[in-house]
Amino acid sequence: MEPFGRLDAVATPLLIANVDTDQIIPARFLARARADGFGDVLFHDLRFTRDGAARTDFALNDPKYGSPKILVAEANFGCGSSREHAVWALVDFGFRAVIAPSFGDIFRNNSYKNGLLAVSLPSARIAALQKLLRERPGVSIQIDLPAQRMFAPDGIVNDFSIDPFRKMLLIEGVEEINFTLGLRGRIAEFERAYESKFPWAAGWGNR
Amino acid sequence: MVDSARTVASKITGTLFDKIWARHAVVQRDGGLRLLYIDLHLVHEASRPSFKALDDRKLTVRRPDRTFATPDHYVPTLGRELAIAANAYPYRDTVEALAANARATGITLFGLDDPRQGIVHVIGPELGLSQPGMVIVCGDSHTSTHGALGAFAFGVGNSEVEHALATQTLWQAKPRNMRVTLDGRLGPHVYAKDVILALIAKIGAAGGTGHVIEYAGDAVRAMSIESRLTVCNMSIEAGARAGMIAPDDTTLQYLNGRPFAPKGAQWDQAVSYWRTLPSDSDAAFDLEVSLDATELAPMVTWGTSPQDAAPISRSVPDPANEPSSERRTAMRRALDYMGLIPGTPLAGIAIDRVFIGSCTNSRIEDLRAAAKIVRGAKAIIPAAVVPGSTQVKRQAEAEGLDQIFIAAGFEWRSSGCSMCVGMNGDLVGPRQRCASTSNRNFVGRQGVDARTHLMSPAMAAAAAITGKLTDVRRMTPGGQ
Ligand code: SF4
Repeated sequence: MEPFGRLDAVATPLLIANVDTDQIIPARFLARARADGFGDVLFHDLRFTRDGAARTDFALNDPKYGSPKILVAEANFGCGSSREHAVWALVDFGFRAVIAPSFGDIFRNNSYKNGLLAVSLPSARIAALQKLLRERPGVSIQIDLPAQRMFAPDGIVNDFSIDPFRKMLLIEGVEEINFTLGLRGRIAEFERAYESKFPWAAGWGNR
Repeated sequence: MVDSARTVASKITGTLFDKIWARHAVVQRDGGLRLLYIDLHLVHEASRPSFKALDDRKLTVRRPDRTFATPDHYVPTLGRELAIAANAYPYRDTVEALAANARATGITLFGLDDPRQGIVHVIGPELGLSQPGMVIVCGDSHTSTHGALGAFAFGVGNSEVEHALATQTLWQAKPRNMRVTLDGRLGPHVYAKDVILALIAKIGAAGGTGHVIEYAGDAVRAMSIESRLTVCNMSIEAGARAGMIAPDDTTLQYLNGRPFAPKGAQWDQAVSYWRTLPSDSDAAFDLEVSLDATELAPMVTWGTSPQDAAPISRSVPDPANEPSSERRTAMRRALDYMGLIPGTPLAGIAIDRVFIGSCTNSRIEDLRAAAKIVRGAKAIIPAAVVPGSTQVKRQAEAEGLDQIFIAAGFEWRSSGCSMCVGMNGDLVGPRQRCASTSNRNFVGRQGVDARTHLMSPAMAAAAAITGKLTDVRRMTPGGQ
């Protein structure tokens, strides 16, 4: 996982609320292998017409935004299906951060695992950012993760919150699973105590 | 990090959720994240990338005895054995990969030809695997279903599936407590599906975000486990991390004697523990919502989010009446996709096909409710019933329900996710309008440009017979 420090990148607005993961990546593309990538099908049915032509009114197709790395989205972004492919598609397309008033809980958890930063800011601030990005397409936003701070071209600085453990893993580019594997002793100790207290829940015997 | 292996033994208070959460904390980090122990991990064939990742790291499954697998998302529901044998089924390798992964890792598999196969959220409760007090995870958002038995059950993505396979734990931030109280009595032909659609319409698709919802009140106590499963299933559609219902006599009666439920002395021991789980009377909830069951009516959705739901007696709402401009835009977009004009009465909207199935509404009680409406009538549009599990299918056949559906012109299929999700070949065509008992009316969910109306099995059955959205309370048995 690529360590996340400071990001200075073009941001693009997405003006739709409740974007579910079926819209981020439709189910018919999920059978692909991870190695084949999902960037080309990100927002597929929003980005392309049914004949496969790029929709000019969709921000991701607008050349004025160049290659954006930050998505400024609306409330409840990534709700719905748990498919991690939604995060993979965003990352494969080139995104490193999504800023929105709120996120689907599973999407947010998935994003940490893939080095994608999900930043929550108040809706009024998001609305102002989206307006700014539409009026001045191609401008950049800076995100300083160690300082938990975002700098926008209107001169406003926003602080954001993130769990300290998740922040540490993102900054160091450490995968959570590798960290947890170091705790195997603790898990075994817990298992012993737990399973002696709740023996009926000690697994089903095919260990 | 705080050591908490000892918390297992200490006295624990609070809500049902607080108690389960506290009992499963292996390690706590500053900032509140906990490493949570997983009692039961359910796996299906769409978790294939997780097994690949595990393999790439040369890791093994820590507790194959706490992990169970069944294929559901990609399985063919039409003449399954034939399609597989003939090699014609495009997702055959995905289904077979699950079997191979289960064999290689020692996980118990309920394969395609196993009588215990079914939608993962239908078979967990059915087999007695999902039990009160457990932490249950699965790589599927509707894992919230299992909370109906008094478990904390939540959906996770592929990386978390891999993490759970390798460590039997997950890092989680503690969600807040929300309680939804449903008092009163449901009227005739008002079902669990109507309750949950009414709740989501009230609090919104993000109304439960960051929370675990506990459902309480007389009307919940009066519900069967099947109905509770339907309510908890769609908690995720309100944005909630999980849905839960405190275990009671109904729960015990349901579990007792199921193949994986505890037996003998262990059953008694389990029951005395389960009795301690319900929320303490003074437990605090961060958010409280109440609904009056008596006032609820059969619901249908008209838009592209489950929150776009209304009683069948209403009309398609007019975006012009919405005070918020964002909401107006979202509604216009939804109505445009759905091909609906504001002011059109919902009852009477012509439907092209009917799907009765999915982890929301494919259990025996759902099929009975639909069959009651269908008996002696004829479907005038294409309609299919896809039982939630092979066991449900067999039981329905033993009760003669299959014959009722077949005589009415319905397709009687094999169990799987089917038309709930456009990934297995069972699709709704472009601009076709589907009356569906599933859980998501998202854009493109049932197929490209498919138009989904969510409703209860009885309402879907009524739509099949009349060819339009119909208030099932107005149907006479066996006809219009
Ligand atoms: S039936 Fe639908 S919602 Fe349920 S697990 Fe299958 S795809 Fe997911």
